[in-house]
Amino acid sequence: MRLAKFTERRGTTSQRQTKKPEEFEIMLVTDVGSTTTKARLFKKKSNEYRFVSSGEAPTTVEAPFEDVTRGVRNAVREVEELTGLLLLEEEGIVWPRKANGEGVDLYATTSSAGGGLQMMVAGVVKTMSAESAERAALGAGAIVMDVIAVDDERMPHQRIERIRTLRPDMILLAGGTDGGTITHVAEITELIAAAEPRARLGIGYELPIVYAGNKDARPAVSKTLADKFALRVVDNIRPVLELENTEPARDAIHELFMEHVMSHAPGYDKLMKWTDVPIMPTPAGEGRMFRTLAELRRVNVIGVGLGGATTNVYSIYDGKFVRTVSANLGMSYSICNVMKEATIDNIMRWVPFDIEPVLIRNRLRNKMIRPTTIPQTLEELMVEHAVAREALRLGFQHHKQLARGLRGVQRVREMGDIFEQSAELETYIDMMHVDFLAGTGGLLSHAPRRAQSALLLIDGFQPEGLTRLAQDSVFMMPHLGVLSTVHPQAALEIFEKDCLVRLGTCIAPKGVLKEEGSALSFKVEAEGRIMEENVAFGSIKVVPLDSGKIAKLVLSPVKDLDVGRGPGHGLETTVEGGVVGLIFDCRGRPLSISEDPAVRRQRLLEWFQAMNMYPEAVYERIRSPDVKGGS
Amino acid sequence: MSGFGHRMSKEEVSVAHAYTPGLKVKRFTIVSKTRRLPIPGEVLVKEGETVTHDQVVARTQVPGDIHLINVANGLGVDPEEVGPFMLKKLKEQVTKNELIAKRTSFFGLFKSFVYAPSDGTIELISEVTGQVAVREPYVPVEITAYIPGKVIDVMPRQGVTVRTPAALVQGIFGVGGEAHANLKMVAKSPDEVLTPERIDSSCEGKVLVGGSLVTGEALSKAAKIGVKGIVVGGVEDEDLIKFLGYEIGVAITGQEEVGTTLIITEGFGKMKMPSRTFDLLKSFDGREASINGATQIRAGVIRPEIVIALKDTEVKGLVEEEEETSGGMAPGTPIRVIRDPYFGAIGRVASLPVELQVVETESDVRVVEIELEDGRRAIVPRANVEIIEE
Repeated sequence: MRLAKFTERRGTTSQRQTKKPEEFEIMLVTDVGSTTTKARLFKKKSNEYRFVSSGEAPTTVEAPFEDVTRGVRNAVREVEELTGLLLLEEEGIVWPRKANGEGVDLYATTSSAGGGLQMMVAGVVKTMSAESAERAALGAGAIVMDVIAVDDERMPHQRIERIRTLRPDMILLAGGTDGGTITHVAEITELIAAAEPRARLGIGYELPIVYAGNKDARPAVSKTLADKFALRVVDNIRPVLELENTEPARDAIHELFMEHVMSHAPGYDKLMKWTDVPIMPTPAGEGRMFRTLAELRRVNVIGVGLGGATTNVYSIYDGKFVRTVSANLGMSYSICNVMKEATIDNIMRWVPFDIEPVLIRNRLRNKMIRPTTIPQTLEELMVEHAVAREALRLGFQHHKQLARGLRGVQRVREMGDIFEQSAELETYIDMMHVDFLAGTGGLLSHAPRRAQSALLLIDGFQPEGLTRLAQDSVFMMPHLGVLSTVHPQAALEIFEKDCLVRLGTCIAPKGVLKEEGSALSFKVEAEGRIMEENVAFGSIKVVPLDSGKIAKLVLSPVKDLDVGRGPGHGLETTVEGGVVGLIFDCRGRPLSISEDPAVRRQRLLEWFQAMNMYPEAVYERIRSPDVKGGS
Repeated sequence: MSGFGHRMSKEEVSVAHAYTPGLKVKRFTIVSKTRRLPIPGEVLVKEGETVTHDQVVARTQVPGDIHLINVANGLGVDPEEVGPFMLKKLKEQVTKNELIAKRTSFFGLFKSFVYAPSDGTIELISEVTGQVAVREPYVPVEITAYIPGKVIDVMPRQGVTVRTPAALVQGIFGVGGEAHANLKMVAKSPDEVLTPERIDSSCEGKVLVGGSLVTGEALSKAAKIGVKGIVVGGVEDEDLIKFLGYEIGVAITGQEEVGTTLIITEGFGKMKMPSRTFDLLKSFDGREASINGATQIRAGVIRPEIVIALKDTEVKGLVEEEEETSGGMAPGTPIRVIRDPYFGAIGRVASLPVELQVVETESDVRVVEIELEDGRRAIVPRANVEIIEE
């Protein structure tokens, strides 16, 4: 594992810590988020590692505190109060654990405070080296502010203007295969030098630049940049067209993140002394756990972290890991940007009651300006769920633009390919072959009913065929991600037992029927009981099957629908249950929603009822002709 | 803070500090403003000096725009051959359209010329790409004091801090930048709607104070007449889009070039301005005010503001209103609800139940029981109220 390697280099098993990881009994991990610092305590209990307790407190990166360790202390103090353990002392966390049992064997943390790691990337060709650089930066947990390329259709002065106005934490510069173009790499380098971008944090320090391009261009790049910037040269990200080598760039980004960015953020100099484990960007921690899930089960996984400010999407598909972050798609600070990008009409299509769009617009604006408020009524909750679906849809759309094959690679074309010129521009992710869809983040983890997160994930991603659904129980994936760099076994045990909540399995035939009627028939056999039923096209049917239970499933779709074996072909398999159960989603793929408002609302209510998504009383209230616009 | 729909476990009970600090509405406070240059420069005032709102307190020069021209292509030579054809050297000044490179070939039969795209200095002659960079002259940048007051701190080469006793009203959201003008009340009560009929030529160059809503038509008329600013309870999102000409995605504002700075004190939609805010502004009708619509919700919260500097004679005997302290809710505390279904309702804390309560969404949350102005009682998540400072 990439980060583990990096960690070892920096000497995780510490000068202070004498125990080996397998001897650890109490471990404390925090995530310093943009709004909240979350502490999670893990303990060894009768030979297995478990999650024990949590504490949360507002992050203190901003004025008047400007010292993140205060928020960390407050969060850890909550854990102390709840567990009765002594974890804090004047100098910070009590670590390593003392002979009298006070303190912890390990303290580690992730961070996204103060906007996380914000990067600009540059390359020669937009769809080749620049795209590889973007993937590397995103994979390292960064937010990519802009991608500059020779062919990005901007004039040089526009690019310079853009670079000048951005204030990134770091720049990743790529371009050219080894032995290839020097001129174009030098051109981009000169552009960056001319623009003289300034770093976001720490006035007067040199902005770090990672160069991961043509090795022959290194002298020219060094000559232009070394005096003005903290330049780090690593192996080429595209040494040859057919290969993308993002690891050296990613490692360099993590090192520079610690050395330059974190050390300039308020209080991090202190925090860095509290632990020997390098501070990891929150999304990097989250991404590691989605990868763990894929590796553990040897399956294709799509994961999503739906936050207040950003939406992170991760895919591990046929062994390829891609992460994207949509910096301005989120459920609180960025809620109006979701409205802007998705359009109000697309949000309205998920709202099951009659209300003027202008009122929804005002409601979302009011959420934007007071982002910590929470829905009190079910109608308000339904509106937030409507926005969440669109944030997920847009986040995934963005993701698919990067989850695609390498551009510029010579390939032998067959007759069929000639008629599919666009094939190489499209994503390689085929929803029919995604085995696991998992979510984390405030709205999903804290949804009052798990069925809500299940349907939001289904509507946002539209899985096809059979897809298992899961979610993070109480938001601890970033914590487990950084823990896994030191103690992978503990991280895995806790992940399986306390973090991952199995929601169930979604069975969604691909295709659309022109007329109403049966979509498929199924037979479920579990614990000696058999259930057989038909599901009508356009509807959802849920069959309860508890977590940990396995059922035998026989599916017979009608001739135009495909559950994985081709249109009309049946399927026999076993499926896993979950807190929601087996969800037969026969609404068709792609999912279409009626444009007739009355029909649309009727349908939405039927789907929500089938999922048991909200309390029954609300459906009556919404269907009542006297009620308009919710409360 | 908890996210929405946060179902908290018992363990998290003591964690929920959910409470939105109230916006400041103060008759007398001390306002300090740090005025900082974007890059180091020269500070023009001294500590202890009294400054006016429009006085320049610091200035600097920012590097001008840069133009990259591919001279190698222009002359039809390889990049490494550019040097000898350059008529201007590195660091040399050039004027717009001045010849900077020339190549003559075939005994003068063919000539190629490259001219300077702007006034400036030659900053780069690249032998790798054949590019030449011309940097335009430095652009002067000046910053004013924004509020009248006394310079209490000078940061050498960076800027100053100006302080004044003042009345201060913070809004919840605004657009448009800093402005300075006299306040003019155009509403008689805080629930009135500001319509175009209320705006006439006497409003030119003024900051208008309305009531519960400003209409889209009123906004365009105000901008046309040359109104400097509008302070009002609410605005319809659709009217704001029309006023700006685009839709705001992320709440970082202040840079809009709309002519009229708009500050809303309550939120989107028709929302009565609290009497306390309205009465305070009314008591300063006709007075000079410094206003700024700049808003930033995330990472270093900035709220829009109206600052009315007070004279020393006005503050004699007044006691500065204390800063609010977080978590200061107790029975009797005046509060305002900031989310549906009671959005805008004002009342007092009746009780603060310790146990989590299940609200209609089925989330277990910390709640506050409120006695509303009309005597009704309501249970509301604590995250959905803000304290009204008295």
